[in-house]
Amino acid sequence: MFLELDDVEFSLGHWRLQVSLCLEQGQCLALIGPSGAGKSTLLSLIAGFETPSRGTIRINGDPVNQLDPAFRPVTMMFQENNLFNHLNLYDNIALGCHPGLKLSSSDKDRIHIAMTATELTAIATRLPADVSGGERQRAALARCLVQDRPLLLLDEPFASLDPRLRHQMHALVDSLRKANELTVIVVTHLPNEIAPLAETTAFMHDGRVLEHGPTVELLADPQHAELNRYLEFTQAHYTYDF
Amino acid sequence: MASRGRTVKARSAQTGVWALLPGALSLAVLLTLMGGALAAIFSVAPPIRPVAILQDPYIGKVVRFTLWQAILSTTLSVGLALPVARALARRDQFPGRRLLVTFLGLPVVMPVIVAVLGLVAVYGKSGLINTWVAYLGGETALSLYGLTGILMAHVFFNLPLAVRLLLPAWQTIPEESWKLASSLGLSSRLLVRFIEWPAISPFLPGVCLIVFLLCFTSFAVVLTLGGGPASTTIEVAIYQSLRYDFDPAQAAMLALIQFTLCTSIALVLVKWIPLLAHSSGRRIDARHRPDLKNPIGRTLDISLILTTACFLFIPVLAVFIQGIRGPITSVISNPDLWWAVLRSLLIALGATGTACGLALGLALSARFLRFSLRMPRASEMLILMGSLSLAIPAMIIGTGLFIVLLQAGALDRGTLLVICAVNALMILPYLIRSIAPTLMRSSQQYDRLCAQLGLRGWSRFRVVDWPAIRRPIGFSLGIGGALSFGDMGVAALFDTQGDTTLPVLLFHQMGAYRFDEASVTAVILMLLSVSLFWLIDRSVGR
Repeated sequence: MFLELDDVEFSLGHWRLQVSLCLEQGQCLALIGPSGAGKSTLLSLIAGFETPSRGTIRINGDPVNQLDPAFRPVTMMFQENNLFNHLNLYDNIALGCHPGLKLSSSDKDRIHIAMTATELTAIATRLPADVSGGERQRAALARCLVQDRPLLLLDEPFASLDPRLRHQMHALVDSLRKANELTVIVVTHLPNEIAPLAETTAFMHDGRVLEHGPTVELLADPQHAELNRYLEFTQAHYTYDF
Repeated sequence: MASRGRTVKARSAQTGVWALLPGALSLAVLLTLMGGALAAIFSVAPPIRPVAILQDPYIGKVVRFTLWQAILSTTLSVGLALPVARALARRDQFPGRRLLVTFLGLPVVMPVIVAVLGLVAVYGKSGLINTWVAYLGGETALSLYGLTGILMAHVFFNLPLAVRLLLPAWQTIPEESWKLASSLGLSSRLLVRFIEWPAISPFLPGVCLIVFLLCFTSFAVVLTLGGGPASTTIEVAIYQSLRYDFDPAQAAMLALIQFTLCTSIALVLVKWIPLLAHSSGRRIDARHRPDLKNPIGRTLDISLILTTACFLFIPVLAVFIQGIRGPITSVISNPDLWWAVLRSLLIALGATGTACGLALGLALSARFLRFSLRMPRASEMLILMGSLSLAIPAMIIGTGLFIVLLQAGALDRGTLLVICAVNALMILPYLIRSIAPTLMRSSQQYDRLCAQLGLRGWSRFRVVDWPAIRRPIGFSLGIGGALSFGDMGVAALFDTQGDTTLPVLLFHQMGAYRFDEASVTAVILMLLSVSLFWLIDRSVGR
């Protein structure tokens, strides 16, 4: 297994998260569930922003509980604040190579490849405030690519984009995942929209994974009443253009 | 991987120690200076007998006058600032408005002694107004010395400050409120009642307290315009005890009274200051106000703005004109002037450098306490320590350090260092209040991203923190540099062994009635102060 969460526990006041989860290398897992279910907290635990009170997180068989975020083979995109506003897109991406921006020629090559893949070469010198929301998220994605880490965590980074841009970004993530053999976990409130990207989906509720399985089956035939209610609500309130 | 984990954990613990070290060092410097000064004061002060202090006619008179002039100055400054700020908020489009609002900041960086000279040139016995009145055959009635002069100078300094602090209140009013008022047909009076007053009133206590504290601890104005024992404040009484009566015990007693009063005021102040907005108020959108076209309001606004501009700029202009017409060659060929310039420059650069180091140390460690160790109270306490000099005025710390140097027989050595240190402590609250919130905001926004990218230590400071704080730090250092350059309080106290600074030299020239020379020195002082502000702001902040 590439990623293993073995009886991981985390408490915040009275609220408790208890999760066991496995993921194969190169897979994409969609995390769905209502707000407050613990999806973002789970990503924070995997990325190292929070430390579990019990249990072990293993990546490639190695426990990573004690590792700082910078030393984990993980990169994460947040919903916002993925870029430093005072740095141009190129420097923001280059930070993924070296935190002091001291770039070797191979670093520059990597940046160039990532910028080409995300179609940002023409606007490399612009500041985040001077580009569109989609371009900002593409720059953040490019930085994740140059970080060259096998596990990519996406915490609703495309939620604020319009449906067409979201669709484009999902397609871009999918193609980059396949080209770079990335393992991806994506948090979403739009399960149907993410379905073509994610082979498996986990439904979280109140700090636990209630259902985990192949996306198509899980969405078509929910076993748990909570998931059923959640899907009924999301399907009633959102329409998808697939 | 496991051994790597242990290495990283050990590295994190080391980072924790290093991250707290700057704050600990800054705190040690602060406590040594302030604690040492207070300890020296306590060591020579007579045993404290509250009843005897209250019954002492001299102390009672000085304390009463200090409070009275501060209350009057605050009432006048803020009371006049309210309609002026409203006029500027209502007239958001006239040519030169931005420049005028910018220039309202001039008295903040202007050396007090220069402003006093300007006021003397306009409102003094031989000033412009009295000369015109005499020319027209009237009697010269206006006397600038005593309470009148003190109030006039305090209004000169604090009216523009209050306007600048109040203007952002109008920025908080949403455009929809003006549109709603238009549709309801609200009159100008009702606009004040229903829209403007609710927006201004939260700002008022903070503005009043800042102005009150500035007037309460005002030194140079009272020393030069007080005109005698009847108009003496605590700060001036401390100065007189040390310089004229050579009575450190009485100075210490007065310093303790000042300390008690200022601490009480500062405790209230700390609560209200965060309510003040950090905005210049240059851009206000008043397009949808329904009372814009009212001719009476328009005339009133224009009159208020013009009167304020004249009140503020005529004294500055008068100093300039007198300076340009003065004996420039003889003043600038005097080596004493350039030694004084050098001393003032060293004090300004030393004070800003020290204050910057102290503020950065405190703010970086406070951030680490809040976000990494999750100890928000400890973080707030550390920031509060940086504002401690609001409660302990420069004259108290100066008095303490004066006693220390006196007891050590070193009054002729280290004077400049002490003046530097006291000025650094005075600038510190402004610096820390501009750096700390920016650093905290940057942390909230970017901590996770920095952690993920391995941005820490010097790399993080260079790439993330410095770009965020360089503007506020440049502006605050610029103001601090100009204030230290033009400071006359502590420098006057230590003016014993010929270590005269430029403002003190100007004070001596005024005291010797060499007003023509004083005008030239004042122009040099003013130009250098403004240039220093501009240079520091540009070189650090841009």
